[in-house]
Amino acid sequence: MDFLGDYTLRIVALGAGTLGIVAGALGAFAVLRRQSLLGDAISHAALPGVVLAFVLTGTKAPLGLLLGAAFAGWAATLAVMAIARMSRIKYDAALGIVLSVFFGIGLLLLTDVQKQPDATQAGLDRFLFGQAAGLLRSDVITMMALGLPVLVALALLWKEFKLLAFDPGFGASLGLPMRALDVVLTGLLVVAIVVGLQTVGVVLMSAMVVAPAAAARQWTDRLGTMVVLSAGFGALAGVVGAVISSRVERMPAGPTIVLCVTVLVLVSLFLAPRRGLLWARVRARRARARLRVQAVLEALLDLDARHGDGHAHSEAVLEVAGAGRGGAGRTLAELERRGWAERRGDDAWLLTPAGRAEAEERYGGRR
Amino acid sequence: MTGVQLEIQAIAAVTAAACALPGAFLVLRRLSLLSDAIGHSILLGIVLAFLVVQELTSPFLVVGAALVGLLTVVAVELVRGTGLVREDAAIGLVFPALFSLGVVLVARYTDSVHLDTDAVLLGELAFTPFDRLVAGGWDLGPRALWVMSVILAVNLVALLLFYKELKLTTFDPALALALGLAPGLVHYGLMTLVSVTAVGAFTAVGAILVVALMIVPPATAYLLTDRLGVLLGASVGIGVASAIGGYWLAHALDASIAGSMAATAGALFALAFLFAPGRGLVAAARRRARQRWEFPQTMLAIHLLNHEGLPEAAVENRIDHLDAHLGWEPAFAREVVERAQRRGLVRSDGAALELTDRGRAGARSSLARTA
Repeated sequence: MDFLGDYTLRIVALGAGTLGIVAGALGAFAVLRRQSLLGDAISHAALPGVVLAFVLTGTKAPLGLLLGAAFAGWAATLAVMAIARMSRIKYDAALGIVLSVFFGIGLLLLTDVQKQPDATQAGLDRFLFGQAAGLLRSDVITMMALGLPVLVALALLWKEFKLLAFDPGFGASLGLPMRALDVVLTGLLVVAIVVGLQTVGVVLMSAMVVAPAAAARQWTDRLGTMVVLSAGFGALAGVVGAVISSRVERMPAGPTIVLCVTVLVLVSLFLAPRRGLLWARVRARRARARLRVQAVLEALLDLDARHGDGHAHSEAVLEVAGAGRGGAGRTLAELERRGWAERRGDDAWLLTPAGRAEAEERYGGRR
Repeated sequence: MTGVQLEIQAIAAVTAAACALPGAFLVLRRLSLLSDAIGHSILLGIVLAFLVVQELTSPFLVVGAALVGLLTVVAVELVRGTGLVREDAAIGLVFPALFSLGVVLVARYTDSVHLDTDAVLLGELAFTPFDRLVAGGWDLGPRALWVMSVILAVNLVALLLFYKELKLTTFDPALALALGLAPGLVHYGLMTLVSVTAVGAFTAVGAILVVALMIVPPATAYLLTDRLGVLLGASVGIGVASAIGGYWLAHALDASIAGSMAATAGALFALAFLFAPGRGLVAAARRRARQRWEFPQTMLAIHLLNHEGLPEAAVENRIDHLDAHLGWEPAFAREVVERAQRRGLVRSDGAALELTDRGRAGARSSLARTA
């Protein structure tokens, strides 16, 4: 029994991991090329393809349905491009139109299929909401069979796709067929999305394209690192989500995977070195402290230069001199700790020789 | 037509009209996909409100859902505001997360008999007439019809009251800001309308097809007009036509009404995309074809004008000379001259060509334009 459970889990985790890797890798390009929501449109638009493939072939063999999905997703992408290029409709509205109309047509076909007495649509419903728990070994093999060529193609055309993402104009000037490369890369994205549909469903597949890439982007400025990280995040979220959903009662896998990847995004947004919000905050605080030290040192130096008799100045004077912002007291204590200023009497302050040297070295040249 | 059929069509039409009004502004402001995001994330609002009040018909569900719809917009703003991800990615991050949370809550804490994810996503218009609004023993009609009518009225009133503000913030936000119109406030006001409308509509058509009703009719209307007032009217008209047409398509195919409404709206959009006067693909192709012949005719007229009344005119202004002077194949030259004659620009006397008054005026004005 335990073995059976483990086996199912292995299959599901393998499927979710595959989906994460493929969608993560291709998603990195989609996010960089501002096509994050194209994934949303493609996944919704795959529905009529799935249903049509079922109607035409009469089976629920995963390969046929996936090919149908890929074809419809592909047609949807072309429709989005055509609408956005050849009319005054903007890209966002083109996505909305294609997404909703294709999905509506899919629904129309789906209800038509449901009427047939022998055709239970259970296999088709899976595409709508995903059903990781129902993944079979053959499904996972199909996913890998589709996903691997996608990754290989990505590796082979790496340099070209990099140009496409960052400087298509330069690529064109080198004589590369940028239009065709665009079509190929988008085609790979379609396949990547189709691979994941059965596991997380139409609605949530877009998250698997956007989220791992958005998380990976925070950790690096290098495309190669980003793509690998993104695939890794996708796989991690897929596997962890699948495991949680199989261990906890009534935790549907698709949403659990998406929530896992969302956690990864939040962690990245806050903690990623350099770009992360937390580090930005720390940096801002340090910069403010540095500015305060500078202001007080400068004020002391300035007062000293004007009086020339080496007498101490009160904190209040420093505040007035503009060094105060937010209280000069704390900064003076800091200067005292560093041995740059010393306290005379209750609240009068004087630069130490070390402090004077420091201030002159830092700011003296400016006067 | 039975009473139920009539009621379904009325609900569909009112829903489409209510969606088209705020939808038009989403399309114009390039925020179309926020309708998709809001449509999905309201599931979370409905579930949260349901968990509190434990009742599916409570108005609190609508309030909760609309609040989460707004929260979606705020969250997208926040994520985008960090500068760490772009706007499209921000939308793509926020709504799947909220939707997932909603689905998990449904699975864990509610009895799926009461609250069905399918129903939220897909809606079922055919069942709406059976949920009646009954007051004091009187049957007042389907609840959905009342809800959507109220929402339509709210949208209309808001539109009439804030027409100027909406128009200016949509087309010239900088000027609107300078005039003190608070574009931010207008933005969130509009988003509130979108949320409330989406919440009302999802019971009828489902969250995904709310997008179809909000975006497709206004986009279709946008291909047909340049005036905001006309655009709004046409959006409502196209939306209602999609709703009624979709109903009968579904009736004929015995299929999902919401799906056929979206398909009909898509078909109307495709028609406009192809045949819209001036902007459709066909009109554009014809314009290009016309322009291909217009330019040589202008050249011909200018050529004739150049030599007109001069000694060399007898040599230059002949159809058989165009080959030498303009490099035109004889067949092409004949076609150009023929077209120019048909338009009354040129007279011919055997092989000799002469400008008409109209042709002369046209050539002069073309020259003036290039000078």
